[in-house]
Amino acid sequence: MALSQAALFEAKAEKASARRNRLLSLPALIVIGVFGVLPLLIILVYSFLQAAPYGGVQWKFSTDAYLNFLFQQDIFDDTLQFTPDFLIIYLRSFLFAVVTTVICLLLGFPTAYFMATRTPAQRNWWVLLITIPFWSNLLVRTLAIMFIIRDEGLINNLLIGLGVIDKPITMLYTNFAIQLGLLYSFLPFMILPLYASLEKLDFRLVEAANDLYATRRQVLWRIIIPLSLPGIIAGCLLVFIPALGAYVTPLILGGGIHLMIGDLIAQQFGSGRNWPLGCAQALILMAAVLVALYFYVRTTSGKIQHG
Amino acid sequence: MPDKPDRNAIEVVNVSKIFGSGEGQVAALDTVSVSIRENEFFTLLGPSGCGKTTLLRLIAGFDFPSAGEILLYGQDIAPLPPFKRPVNTVFQSYALFPHMTVADNIGFGLEMLGKPKAEIAARVAQMLKLVKMEALSNRRTSQISGGQQQRVALARALAPQPKVLLLDEPLSALDYKLRKEMQIELKRLQHETGITFIFVTHDQEEALTMSDRIAVMSAGKILQVGAPRDIYDRPAERFVADFIGETNFLKGTVVSKKSGVATVKLASGATVAAGFPENFDPSGAVTVVVRPEHADLIADVSKGTVSGTLANVVYFGTDTHYHVKLDGGDNFIVRYQNSRSGAVTFETGAKVGIVFEDDGARILKD
Repeated sequence: MALSQAALFEAKAEKASARRNRLLSLPALIVIGVFGVLPLLIILVYSFLQAAPYGGVQWKFSTDAYLNFLFQQDIFDDTLQFTPDFLIIYLRSFLFAVVTTVICLLLGFPTAYFMATRTPAQRNWWVLLITIPFWSNLLVRTLAIMFIIRDEGLINNLLIGLGVIDKPITMLYTNFAIQLGLLYSFLPFMILPLYASLEKLDFRLVEAANDLYATRRQVLWRIIIPLSLPGIIAGCLLVFIPALGAYVTPLILGGGIHLMIGDLIAQQFGSGRNWPLGCAQALILMAAVLVALYFYVRTTSGKIQHG
Repeated sequence: MPDKPDRNAIEVVNVSKIFGSGEGQVAALDTVSVSIRENEFFTLLGPSGCGKTTLLRLIAGFDFPSAGEILLYGQDIAPLPPFKRPVNTVFQSYALFPHMTVADNIGFGLEMLGKPKAEIAARVAQMLKLVKMEALSNRRTSQISGGQQQRVALARALAPQPKVLLLDEPLSALDYKLRKEMQIELKRLQHETGITFIFVTHDQEEALTMSDRIAVMSAGKILQVGAPRDIYDRPAERFVADFIGETNFLKGTVVSKKSGVATVKLASGATVAAGFPENFDPSGAVTVVVRPEHADLIADVSKGTVSGTLANVVYFGTDTHYHVKLDGGDNFIVRYQNSRSGAVTFETGAKVGIVFEDDGARILKD
């Protein structure tokens, strides 16, 4: 009797705790639903509608947006002709994102390692220094770069003043400017996860490897890199994905001459007046990122498993 | 082997290690010299902060001495980085590589030395057998118990066949029974491999059971080097006697002395013959030490060298401690090994006399 009552009480308590858990997860579910899932659904629906002549959409089903991504209607006979214009912009963006990720990793790893090997008090100062750029707006910072690298900017004036060159070197509105801007914007996103990973690294393992005849280079490749792989993966994703969709930096530093995906999509909602095409382009980008991510995580997690 | 003199594997010559600078500098080691023989199980024993781990790290190459030389078979290795020294370490935390299997951990040193794959595999198999871990070779190090991790750490350090193996309190994380087992196991491994072991511990019992020789350290200095029996029976200094085992301390005055034995008049008025270390010339007021098992309780109080009241009897299973409050006020402990006949029978509160066995009393430097 007493036993069954206890069991009953336990079942009741379990039910109550399950109900409480559901209730507690409600705010998170609402946020994800309203700000994550719902907008995505709207984009998906819009991408299958027709563009209205002055922006917005007409509620008629159409796959034009997806067809227009690769094909253009001939003005005279309405036949579809293959145009690689958008594809080239996607590939260029992809290339910029890859180069940004690789250079950020090469610069970020030694920086994060340096930070992680300081005393705890010093580490906090380094983290603060790395996060200082976040205190001001990205747009402002990008404009500042513009002033530094333009023809009458700081660098050119300095070089001409020193007599190194007699004509300004054109840097603004070039691929170089875009690449510089991307590196500048995303380097902290590489350094911080790398630092978080390296800070947790047990440096006694480095000593142990040294003791077992591993040179500094071997310690790096066999111990430090494999053990900080989670940070490397996180850093690469945090740089690659936003770099691929970067909007402000290529627009300002590239002068709109060298389009990237972000600008292209934005254009469809502005001067292009083709919302469905913009939605389709955004979804294609997302699909491409997800596929790339899938393969990336699969290969790197395989490496973690097998050392 | 009288025709083959003992060779020294390691010679530490006047080594000092100073940490920090200016006002805050600390001498972790203060002009330490010691020689460790080939194939010896040598223990550095001392309380925490005595410099034993610092000395081990200098031999391993993780730190470099501020002054002095460290010779490995006559060659100065002090300036070499750790990966150029034929010396391996078993770490207190084991420091196994968490992203590798047991076998990969054991083979790591040989791999770094660039040995051929077949040789590595054969040696790893041999090591796994030596530490009885064959069944778990493909496990990750996070999937095995503390005792098993300990064995892997040993196998990993032994696999490259180092000239000297350094062990930094490797048993401290194990529970009592496992620790006892591993003490025997370590002794066996040292015997089978013929490698010189340098073992660091703060556990005097561990040091006494395993070592061929022990160096007792305190405050950055080596106080005494000797076989376990020497250290225990003939401690050179009061610190050594106090740190290793239990000891009774009695105050007295030197009355006369000849050839290593002094006659000391104790506070109780009785006189005892007490030995003293070479290179020490006791005089005036001294402290006499007596090990608890080197004294006997007697019922005839008048015949006791010292006498007092039995304050407490503490039973330890293997032996019993009799705590005596001496008439002068000091405490004195007498230890008897328990036997089934149970020869000693004294009741708490009884007046007892205490006599010392021959050579039981010694005078020590403070």
